[in-house]
Amino acid sequence: MKVVISGCGRVGGFLAGLLDSEGHEVTIVDLDKGAFMHLPDGFGGTTHLGNGVDLDVLRQVGVDRADAFLALTQGDNRNLMAAQIAKEIFRVQRVVAKVNDPIRAQIYRDKGIITFSRTTILGLLVHAMLMDETEIGEKLLGRMLEVERGLAGRDAKPRRVPAEARR
Amino acid sequence: MYVLVAGGGEVGFHLAKALIEAAHEVMVIESDRRRAQWIEEQLGSVVLNAPADEGRYQIEAGCQRADAVLAVTGDDAKNLVICQLARHNCPGGRVIARVNDPKNEIVFKALGIDETVSSTRVLMNVLEQELPTSGFLPLMPLTGSHLEIIEAEISPGTPAVGRSVRSLKLPEGSLVGGIVRSGKVVPAVGEAVLEVGDRVIVFAPTVAEADVRKVLAG
Repeated sequence: MKVVISGCGRVGGFLAGLLDSEGHEVTIVDLDKGAFMHLPDGFGGTTHLGNGVDLDVLRQVGVDRADAFLALTQGDNRNLMAAQIAKEIFRVQRVVAKVNDPIRAQIYRDKGIITFSRTTILGLLVHAMLMDETEIGEKLLGRMLEVERGLAGRDAKPRRVPAEARR
Repeated sequence: MYVLVAGGGEVGFHLAKALIEAAHEVMVIESDRRRAQWIEEQLGSVVLNAPADEGRYQIEAGCQRADAVLAVTGDDAKNLVICQLARHNCPGGRVIARVNDPKNEIVFKALGIDETVSSTRVLMNVLEQELPTSGFLPLMPLTGSHLEIIEAEISPGTPAVGRSVRSLKLPEGSLVGGIVRSGKVVPAVGEAVLEVGDRVIVFAPTVAEADVRKVLAG
């Protein structure tokens, strides 16, 4: 699967590494060179320095040929704009946007963009754990432990992240 | 008219001021507390100190009875979301966006926001009208449409010389309205062949201006 990711923060960098390790073709875009420090060592995908809401940048990284586009920057509005460009202009099949404001997430979900809000996902997960509703979190938590064990093994030495990349 | 101005920067502030002077009712939505306070000191209680890109504050500002919502922040993505939320929350009024990157006019249109203003494009048009050497003059936009009138002088060595009107690969939705040759109007029939020195008047979609330029001015 060819995947384009906009935003190489902690989530974007992690997911790019995960998809790359599974053999997918990953291109990740960020405005800030320092952000690529969030990618794991040995990342085999492509990094592209540029603005993920810019039509020309998106065309350059081949969004028109992508199977999926993931908008994972810190800005809800930027994510929503990039996701809509990918969906409406480049006709990408699967488009996902991180939208932390749950109300905006709902409105754009109705427009056919898969949106998820860290606020509600994390909040509901912690709530489920607290209330011992194991079936909600068990699968995800199991997967999380597995992936994190893998990360810890691969990436044992502490890595320096430049100040501008910490967000 | 009741106008919501989303974003109280320089553009938003002066716009609100001008609207108030023209006896319109205005509400500015500005997220920065100090900026909101400053505008209130200048213009009176016409400011809501809140983020304009959250629907509930648009509703609090009374967008349901607004005749127009103008998104004029310096951030194109924010202006897009403000406009789309305004469409969603307040379907009655006009929604107009400021765009900073001129190519976002096309993007906004594709995403359902038809009315945009690009200061970059306005300045470019002013400049080009004052530089007679360029030979390519966007004359004026046609109100109530997304069309504009362009005048292009056919210069030696440009791709249109010797071509018939029919064979010009003008963008879809555009039309050659007439040809001015030695001070006289020549009808722009399909067989008319363009000569050096002709001034061609074209009606074209604003977003396709660059393509018209390519065809007529090279």
